[in-house]
Amino acid sequence: MTNVIYAVAVLGILGAVFGALLAYASRIFHAEHDERIDEILAVLPGANCGGCGFPGCAKCAESIVAGKAKVSVCPVGGPAVAAQVAGIMGVEDPGTERIVSHVYCCGGDRASQKFEYDGLKTCAAANKVAGSHMACPSACLGFGSCVAVCKYDAIHVENGVARVDTDKCVACGACVAACPKGLIELVPARQKVFISCRNTEKGVAVRNKCQVGCIACTLCAKKCPAEAITIENNLARIDYAKCTNCGICATVCPRKLIVDLAAKPAEAAPAAPAASAASAAGAQ
Amino acid sequence: MDAAKLLDIMLGAILINNFIFSQFLGICPFMGVSKKTDTAAGMGMAVIFVMGLASAICWVINRFVLVALGLQYLQTLAYILIIAALVQFVEMFLKKAVPSLYSALGIYLPLITTNCAVLGVVLLNTQNNYNFIESVVYGVTGGIGFLVAIVLFASIREKLRFADYPKAFEGFPIALVTAGLLALAFMGFSGMSIPW
Repeated sequence: MTNVIYAVAVLGILGAVFGALLAYASRIFHAEHDERIDEILAVLPGANCGGCGFPGCAKCAESIVAGKAKVSVCPVGGPAVAAQVAGIMGVEDPGTERIVSHVYCCGGDRASQKFEYDGLKTCAAANKVAGSHMACPSACLGFGSCVAVCKYDAIHVENGVARVDTDKCVACGACVAACPKGLIELVPARQKVFISCRNTEKGVAVRNKCQVGCIACTLCAKKCPAEAITIENNLARIDYAKCTNCGICATVCPRKLIVDLAAKPAEAAPAAPAASAASAAGAQ
Repeated sequence: MDAAKLLDIMLGAILINNFIFSQFLGICPFMGVSKKTDTAAGMGMAVIFVMGLASAICWVINRFVLVALGLQYLQTLAYILIIAALVQFVEMFLKKAVPSLYSALGIYLPLITTNCAVLGVVLLNTQNNYNFIESVVYGVTGGIGFLVAIVLFASIREKLRFADYPKAFEGFPIALVTAGLLALAFMGFSGMSIPW
């Protein structure tokens, strides 16, 4: 019987001593914890996607409070979250605009291949074999490494080339990092017209490799009313700061590689204002 | 003699009787945090730290409390209590004193509470009748053995992503097979010993 009492007493005392020590230690070693971290963490999406460049939402919140990151650092939350975070931090709403991914290639099935690739079906592996099986050095390989990393089902391979669903895209940047060809970039969501080609070879070489490669004919640059298009290294580029999304370049391009995202759902476009008007009326 | 015994303990803990590969202790964190080499290294460092400290404190408690009162049968329970409290304390201390190390170790520090290799090392200290210095050396080198094992394993696992293995092996199965092969490789050390 005394054994039991001893055992209970010793463990009890040990536990009590440790408990007391820990309680005391927590007083001494009390580290200042900023409450704003918890508040910001509650506002962030909590997907821990790492799109901000930090290991997770908790680290992101800490970095914002520490001043190491901007209030608009979360690409997934977009302007709404940025505004809330700005409120918590007591700074002005930066009015960030939404950004999305865009794939700078529209070749796919319309681009020719150097050889038949029969290896591992990932873009990284295919890219390692003689710089990929595609004739064009900057062609989408179409194995969908970007699709595999997308947590938001926002990118798909259609006709051999990856395409971003801009409605679903949250600009986490996972696909940008996954593309071995570096064809995916984050662009402002308001931008609708893109020169979807990255080939900087001479026009003749491009013509042999891809039906829809930029041959630097300069037609788009000449026709652009805003003078937003320049030709560098045999490749047309749009200055998104100047572009007005008029879509003229997309219609004049003889190679049809300039995509106008606004032009495609032609039927859906008139319906959208009506729907928003209806919802506005409902709100009133 | 003494130095030779310490060397024997070190070599034993790091290679011959490696906690992971020949004693199969601490498999949970070994599997859980070995997807990336740098996080694995962080976990390894944290384990070295806690194992060394736990060895020292458990030796003191065992010698001056449990043995003195004839309560050796409470060792396991008492050690668990000590380790849990110790990890909590270390976490608080680091948070205040060395925030950079605290953030580097991150989640791995509290995870060590459930690392059975830590409990294993203090129980083995008692079983082998090590004195204070031997206990601490065994604790620290046991941690180094853990670090070696988890870093080796993590670097292999990083490369495994490019291996073309059957779909059924994806994830943990292939990791377990790899760990088994590594353990086989470590069997090569089993015949080693230091001639006195």
